[in-house]
Amino acid sequence: MMDIKKRQNLQDVVIRFAGDSGDGMQLTGTQFTKTSAVLGNDISTLPDYPAEIRAPAGSLAGVSGYQIHFSSHEIYTPGDAPNVLVAMNPAALKTNLGDIDKGGIVVVNSDAFTDENLKLAGYPSHPLKDGSLSSYRVYEVPITMMTNKAGEDTGLSKKEIERCKNFFALGLVYWMFDRPIDVTIKWIEEKFAKRPQMGEANKKALLAGYHYGETAEIFDVHYHVDRARLSPGKYRHITGNEATALGLVTAAELAGKHLFYASYPITPASDILHELAKLKSFGIKCFQAEDEIAAMGAAIGAAFAGGLAVTGTSGPGLCLKSEAINLAVMTELPVVILDVQRGGPSTGLPTKTEQGDLLQALFGRNGESPVPVIAPATPGDCFNMAYEAFRLAVKYMTPVILLSDGYLANGAEPWLIPDLSKLKAIQVNYWTQKEGFFPYLRDKGTLARPWAIPGTPGLEHRIGGLEKAEVKGNVSYDPLNHERMVHLRAEKVARIAEDIPDLTVHGHSSGELLIVGWGETFGAITVAVDQLRAMGYSVSSAHFRYLNPFPKNTGDVLKRFDKVLVAELNLGQLALLLRGRYLVDCQSLTKVQGKPFAIQEIVNGALKLFPQKMKGAEEGKIWRIEQTQVLNN
Amino acid sequence: MENRTNPGSEQLVSSPMALTRKDFVSDQEVRWCPGCGDYSILAVAQKTLPSLGVPKEKSVFISGIGCSSRFPYYVNTYGFHTIHGRAPAIATGVKAQNPDLQVWVITGDGDGLSIGGNHLIHALRRNVDLKIILFNNRIYGLTKGQYSPTSERGKITKSTPAGSIDYPISPISLAIGAEATFVARAIDTNPAMMTEVLTVAAKHKGSAFVEIYQNCIIFNDDAFKDVYDKSVRIEHSVMLKNGQPIRFGMDGKKGIRMNGIQLEVVEIGKDGITENDLIVHNDSLPDSAYAYLLSRMNVPEFPVPFGVFRRIERPTYEEMMETQLRDSISKKGEGELQKLLNEGDTWMVE
Ligand code: SF4
Repeated sequence: MMDIKKRQNLQDVVIRFAGDSGDGMQLTGTQFTKTSAVLGNDISTLPDYPAEIRAPAGSLAGVSGYQIHFSSHEIYTPGDAPNVLVAMNPAALKTNLGDIDKGGIVVVNSDAFTDENLKLAGYPSHPLKDGSLSSYRVYEVPITMMTNKAGEDTGLSKKEIERCKNFFALGLVYWMFDRPIDVTIKWIEEKFAKRPQMGEANKKALLAGYHYGETAEIFDVHYHVDRARLSPGKYRHITGNEATALGLVTAAELAGKHLFYASYPITPASDILHELAKLKSFGIKCFQAEDEIAAMGAAIGAAFAGGLAVTGTSGPGLCLKSEAINLAVMTELPVVILDVQRGGPSTGLPTKTEQGDLLQALFGRNGESPVPVIAPATPGDCFNMAYEAFRLAVKYMTPVILLSDGYLANGAEPWLIPDLSKLKAIQVNYWTQKEGFFPYLRDKGTLARPWAIPGTPGLEHRIGGLEKAEVKGNVSYDPLNHERMVHLRAEKVARIAEDIPDLTVHGHSSGELLIVGWGETFGAITVAVDQLRAMGYSVSSAHFRYLNPFPKNTGDVLKRFDKVLVAELNLGQLALLLRGRYLVDCQSLTKVQGKPFAIQEIVNGALKLFPQKMKGAEEGKIWRIEQTQVLNN
Repeated sequence: MENRTNPGSEQLVSSPMALTRKDFVSDQEVRWCPGCGDYSILAVAQKTLPSLGVPKEKSVFISGIGCSSRFPYYVNTYGFHTIHGRAPAIATGVKAQNPDLQVWVITGDGDGLSIGGNHLIHALRRNVDLKIILFNNRIYGLTKGQYSPTSERGKITKSTPAGSIDYPISPISLAIGAEATFVARAIDTNPAMMTEVLTVAAKHKGSAFVEIYQNCIIFNDDAFKDVYDKSVRIEHSVMLKNGQPIRFGMDGKKGIRMNGIQLEVVEIGKDGITENDLIVHNDSLPDSAYAYLLSRMNVPEFPVPFGVFRRIERPTYEEMMETQLRDSISKKGEGELQKLLNEGDTWMVE
């Protein structure tokens, strides 16, 4: 293809595709992400879609978006304010424009700006005509019309051809950002192998979009983002849910076992069930249970019988599983419980992210019920932490809760494919020795009890939810025995602190402010700290991937800073824990909007703690984000 | 990664086959109320287990909560006293993980039909090879006497001083409706009947559901008196025998025949009725409508049927699960993890 137009180099770009939930925006975004990943950019994505499968077409509630940040340097977040918005209809424009950088590019499908759609979106006047977009670079493209023209001779109906309009938009954006189209062409050919007409129409739309950018007079420049210098190796594009699924399979494989996955469909965890259900040739047993409780029950049963069992769910499901998790606590069986958190309480915001389940994971059960809790920091880290969950579960004979969330689950990043031969095996030692066997004997180091599975001659024994006599494991209501057992179970989990990495500090190991986070907030906090340091502030960050027990140097780290700010997507759950455990006067920076932190929000939250240094410009920035609350301050 | 077999199966060295009742008695003191019907069920189970040809390490008893659910503690096999109502779900996990095990579920009318109703239904419909024994005493015993889902309407208990206003459920009707492939009923006062029913249930491949009428001497004594008291038993109960006409009453004078789409009690010799008019019991009919009709028979209009209502063959859940895995492996070869990790669009960074 001839390149006669100007090409400008950029370091990083944030694009948001937005349209009706029927417009295929998630697909468009994923394709753009894959192409950018293969091109060697660093990427980070944020899909955002409504909970309804098909909200009324053209309505504000039905808008689905996909944001991608791609760059020539290392990035950690999907970006605060998009530089480019592709809006497939007025509703998409209306719901997204507020987030877009002033001066940013707005590409709209002008064909969709009909009176009816404008009314559905609640526009009193025509936004393309009333001058309200004057601070953006707006490109009006008749996407529907051009898609129809491109697909004319495919023999498909007009309605079918029109459905390809997202590929036209994708083609156009590919041109605008100097991306090759071959990854998507290959994908279309595979995906539509059985419906070649449809494949043809999509390909034509994609090409038409690309050529439109090249030839139409309205675009005088396109942009190039060089590949990023990531650590060498082989990469793939991965979402958190994919990484979790792979991590679970890998853990099972490294334990020399097959995975047992029991789950009840729930957003946003279902994808993991789908992924694993495909992997029958790995011997994975997938059980779609009748409800959340049964999924947890079946996982316990499988673990009792010697399986590497995991149940996947989201917050509401975790509530239902509580009683059964406690059974696993009492019977000390290794089960991994995966909670892909979403906005709560109750059904809450099924497709939106939140970190509201931390305290539930730690304490949401009757009695003294210690359960190790860990949380991945990035989509790719879901792989590591899924493996880690099993390692701990099996080694310590305990249920382990793995806290992912909606943002990690659906967000994507490039992933350095691990070399299996370099990963450590997980030791599974079923007890077989008859002499001296008791179900509640304990390993001196880990305090784990023996895993004696049915089928082993001579080890017949009974376990259950009633309190156990120490060692022998018979039912016991003896008061002192109960107290000893409560302490033993707590001590067993506490000892895991000896077996996990120390908390590391990003920035200086001491100073004025430490920003603390856990789970998905890693990216935003890390970049915010870098920015604050560049501005001359004494700020560092520490990120928890282990939440129960905490890394053993936690208290030391917290006490090396004058102030501690805990940034989390809830009303201060980790802050509560740290205050209680370490008597450190943590401040809270919280957000509960179903969305991850923007970097700027963290920067602003931190700046508030430096009042004496605050300059006018920064002050202005702080108050711009009103819904982010800085508590205790 | 050499150990790819089913956990458990690698150690399945059979124990000596000449097992006796004693082998199945645990060292735990039995703690039911004296005179409770549970004792005779336990005794029959311990006597029957050695005859089943299953080594005791391969036997697993799983229960929920309630008086009946203490059962696993008293049987010297693997046992799991779980949480209220969830035994079928936990048992499903055990059986799916290791199909070599013989898995029993011990439950009661509250545990299995109230709090655990959902799990019971789904374990049955999936045809997981579980032997589910439901002790039906029509009362909550362990919580000291509240009405249960099988208590008759009008039942006066601590929680229903003015009488229960719930309609009871029939466990057998429910099991048939839930697609159980084996459904039977026995009563605690008839050990021979229990032995027979438990033996065929154990040999059945697939979900086997057995309701046992069990007397709770403390909170619901004589609940089955009108069915099985010596004085009325002959008129108020009937033993289902496959291939034989359904007859009961003194000298087998009475029988059951179809009238339209309903059952009716008839007397042989009266109005020209002969044995040929009676239903010949067939527990293996593909359609469950007949078994369902039988399950509705109740006193005082009908005698209560005991024995096997329904017994059909269907592939079991765990069998099909294993088959799908095997098929996939024979089609695609055993999964290679490194290949899986490398799937999709990949690129090299130098
Ligand atoms: S309360 Fe009733 S069912 Fe429970 S042990 Fe006593 S007699 Fe048996």
